[in-house]
Amino acid sequence: MIPGSYFLILSIVLFILGIIAFFAKRDLITQFMAIEVMLNAANLAFITFARAFNSLDGHIIVLFIITVAAAEAAVGLAIILLIFRQKETIKSEDIKLMKG
Amino acid sequence: MAHFLFFLLALVCVGGVLAMIFSQNQAYNALFLVLSFASLGGLFGLLNAPFIAVVQIIIYAGAIMVLFIFVIMMINLRIGIPPEKKKWTIYLSVVLALVLVAELILSVKGAFQGLSQSGGEEIASPTALGKLLFTDYLYPFEITSVLIIAALVGAIILVKKKEEE
Repeated sequence: MIPGSYFLILSIVLFILGIIAFFAKRDLITQFMAIEVMLNAANLAFITFARAFNSLDGHIIVLFIITVAAAEAAVGLAIILLIFRQKETIKSEDIKLMKG
Repeated sequence: MAHFLFFLLALVCVGGVLAMIFSQNQAYNALFLVLSFASLGGLFGLLNAPFIAVVQIIIYAGAIMVLFIFVIMMINLRIGIPPEKKKWTIYLSVVLALVLVAELILSVKGAFQGLSQSGGEEIASPTALGKLLFTDYLYPFEITSVLIIAALVGAIILVKKKEEE
């Protein structure tokens, strides 16, 4: 059996890579993908602890996280599309006004 | 064998995210992320969670990333995004992220020893998951359907073109 600590370290590494990607990239879509990476890192940690404690609750939480991520992706991408239609750009540094 | 599989999948997963960071093309970014999420599904399988593994591959690597690729197609930046200028914020973010890695590892280090010993071998069956979902977690499950309807209606209303335009 693979020790759970390996999975936990992988989860930490993925989360950090998500943070770095979020701050290093400049376009909204890739930043949005970085958020998905962070959500997946959290999922991995949940499943790791679910196996360690022999409980199914972690699996249920992961199912909910995946559902909410799908809803979030739909709304977020709609907002990005709207921003692109109004401003003709998806670079996050070009979007600095609250009211266009 | 299991260890080899773990390291292979972990390498593909981390490599996909790293490739996403270094690539400039958004469509390639999305495809790298599909690879990364699919290998994460394999890791869930290694953690005795076959149902979550399948859901991860179908919904994350399938549905959500297809949504991303569709939006990239609709945006269709002909000029492309100019390469990023070397900004001090990137270096600062890397340094701060490394500090956060150290903090997180220090905070969970005590749990490592117990985590590597505990844990059962039994596989989380979809039957048990379904039973739990429809008994203990019935209200969250029903509320999720409201959330999905709200997100669906919200996304359609947002993207719909106004008639006078």
